Amino acid sequence: MTTLTASPAPVAAAPGALRRVVRSVLRSRMATFGFALVFLHIALALLAPVLTPFNPTANDGLVPLENPGGVHLLGTDALGRDILARTLFGGQYALAISFSATAIAVVLGSTIAGIAAFKGGIVDDVISRFLDSVLAVPAILSMLVIVTVFGSGPWVIILAVVVVYTGGVTRIVRAAAMDVMPRDYITAAKARGEGMFSILVREVFPNVLDIILVEFAMRASWVVLLISSLSFLGFGANPPTPDWGLMVAENRNLMAVVPWATLSPILALATLIVGLNLAADGLAKSFGVDRMKEVLG
Amino acid sequence: MISLFAKRVGWSLVTVLLSTILVFTAIQSLPGDAATQILGQNATPEAVATLRSQLGLDEPAISRFFSWLGGAFTGDFGTSLLDGKSVGAEVGRALLNTSLLAAVTILVGITLSVVLGLLAGLFRDKWPDATISTLALVGMSVPEFVVATVLVLLFSIYIPIFPAVVVAGQDASLAELLPSIWLPAAALVCALSAYIIRMMRTSVIDVLDSDFVLTARLKGNSTSRLVFKHILPSAMLPTLNVIAMNIAWLIGGVVVVESIFNYPGIGTLMIRSVQTRDLPTILMITVLSALTYVLCNLLADLAAHLLNPRLRFPRSAK
Repeated sequence: MTTLTASPAPVAAAPGALRRVVRSVLRSRMATFGFALVFLHIALALLAPVLTPFNPTANDGLVPLENPGGVHLLGTDALGRDILARTLFGGQYALAISFSATAIAVVLGSTIAGIAAFKGGIVDDVISRFLDSVLAVPAILSMLVIVTVFGSGPWVIILAVVVVYTGGVTRIVRAAAMDVMPRDYITAAKARGEGMFSILVREVFPNVLDIILVEFAMRASWVVLLISSLSFLGFGANPPTPDWGLMVAENRNLMAVVPWATLSPILALATLIVGLNLAADGLAKSFGVDRMKEVLG
Repeated sequence: MISLFAKRVGWSLVTVLLSTILVFTAIQSLPGDAATQILGQNATPEAVATLRSQLGLDEPAISRFFSWLGGAFTGDFGTSLLDGKSVGAEVGRALLNTSLLAAVTILVGITLSVVLGLLAGLFRDKWPDATISTLALVGMSVPEFVVATVLVLLFSIYIPIFPAVVVAGQDASLAELLPSIWLPAAALVCALSAYIIRMMRTSVIDVLDSDFVLTARLKGNSTSRLVFKHILPSAMLPTLNVIAMNIAWLIGGVVVVESIFNYPGIGTLMIRSVQTRDLPTILMITVLSALTYVLCNLLADLAAHLLNPRLRFPRSAK
């Protein structure tokens, strides 16, 4: 990856921009591979009920700890649950939670960032200071506290991710929006008497859309990672939810007996995150956004 | 520039204060408190009330926060609600253990990633770069708990040379901890290195394209002199920023890795104190983590300013 400075042209807003981005992503083998991995994961998750006849949470005391082969393609865990079914349905859980949580965080963060950049002055100072102090608490501590306050479950996890990641998104998008603010077309829109939200939606966001999209892909990879870590520690999904982090936690002591029970959620996690990372790289490159700058904020 | 930094330091302290207020408020809104946690489900309301007044939990939240804050400024972080021990001493001991782990991780991680990033940049698009960049991508994509699980499988079960968990307790001496530190440190190194390698590679490539490297090359400098005197120092500066931020992020990884290996550090203590609602301990850990965060941020900014004076006037100046 070479350093590319953010291009001043409103890339994403230009007509035919989507086609240009698609073409540029397709030109890079790595980026294509990344998007292919992500789409494969989405397809597998959606088709999970078709691909396996087994219920991911159904215990079967007759066939515990089976190795691959036979009816259970990837074997079973200690409770006789089908590993393949748990992995496939785990994808549904991971994708649904992490994508919706990331989307909420990115939309909320961008809105706050837009308001901060537009209003400037004291509003900007207060918002920045507040978000900085949220960021100063380690993500994992915030998430632990939120999970202990509200109990676990998908909605609480989504809330925790939003709390932890909105600040980072705001920081990045605010910097980009500040860059756009002094431009002539904003001044013109203000002179036309347009309101703040109309200017944000019509002028500012389309012009920082490149940053926002890269931010989404990159954050999504971190969110998948963080959510699975939380489940692994026992603070995320409740058993018997088919969650990859939880599966690793449940089966890692049985690694010598049924290695696939641990390996298949690990492989699923790693391929999804590699895919998201490569996709983020590909988007960053085709938009001309410096990804390292995105990381640092 | 100095006044700018004095201002930044001031704001950083405000940030630390604000984050302790946030955590205090969040814990305060938890249903139940340390008294109900200690006595369990079947305690009589009278017993809970007595313990609550013994622990000082019956005072209003605001006055408790300010008395805690007053103590914190004089270095007294109160006593643990769980066992009545001094929070300062307990957190201090855990911090020492974590610092040992962090020191090994940072030392090994930074050396390794700077060398690998330099190699990848120098051999851009050749096989060393392809290998190193793929490794960095995997490092970015695999959670710490997976790395730790695989390491345990390889080096504790298949080739039993390292212990899978730390058996030494909270009071273990450094010498007792040292043998079991390597697997946790290795897991953390993987998480730490990925972004540093990428940044180092990028900046080496940038430096290689610059005019002064061309000049140095034309003057007939040897390759090793070129790499160590010209490329490495210039490429290190932008990387310092990433290193500082990654050290701030290390706290998150430390929690996961310590809990897997049962390592008696800050992370294990953090999980335990959240579970038992031990507010004074949580607050002190928050203060420490927030301080680490703002300190790393300040260092990152300082590095960025030293590198590029234009950054003093954010992007609008371009």
